[in-house]
Amino acid sequence: MNHAKANKADKGDWKARSNSNIIRLAIWTVSWVAAIALARFGPDYIWGSNQLLTVGAILLNLGIGLGLIVANIQHLKTLDEMMQKIQLEAMGISLGIGVIGGIGYALLNASNIISIDAEIAHLVILIAVSYLVAIFVGYRRYQ
Amino acid sequence: MKNRLKVLRAERDLTQADLATKLEVSRQTINAIETGKFDPSLPLAFKIARLFEKSIEDIFQGEATIQ
Repeated sequence: MNHAKANKADKGDWKARSNSNIIRLAIWTVSWVAAIALARFGPDYIWGSNQLLTVGAILLNLGIGLGLIVANIQHLKTLDEMMQKIQLEAMGISLGIGVIGGIGYALLNASNIISIDAEIAHLVILIAVSYLVAIFVGYRRYQ
Repeated sequence: MKNRLKVLRAERDLTQADLATKLEVSRQTINAIETGKFDPSLPLAFKIARLFEKSIEDIFQGEATIQ
């Protein structure tokens, strides 16, 4: 009887657990972006040339980044199997595009075929855009 | 893979959202299973079968037979 009650409560909690993990992931993401901004602009606008604070800000960024990774793993675990499949395919596509596109881009830069400098930010944008497109296509495919 | 999920759900007057809550999956996943666009894993198929008190074969029909 108690087991049945607990089971019913667990079922009701699944959606709440899933939403809670999404909110937690969003909080970690926003914190990580804020930590990047602090590490990047802190030396210019807040503490100047204090190396200790700069290193501290970078370590803080890495620590929050680690939390973001853990939160993302927890979020993925609470997704159902179809959503996990969509995520897996999107991550595979964005990783592939990131590696292939990134190396191609670096080669173009090294050969001086393109005039602009290859920067890591361009690669991050490429991965993010390809991931979002792959997620969108994945959801559309199963609708 | 074909299935009778939509029929069984309608017989019990359940919405896709109701069934999704009972199975701990999203409503989109229920819709994708019903339209045959997504085949559930064996554990989820067992869960569906238990919920409707049927055997897996009563709900899901494979399209090919093994010779």
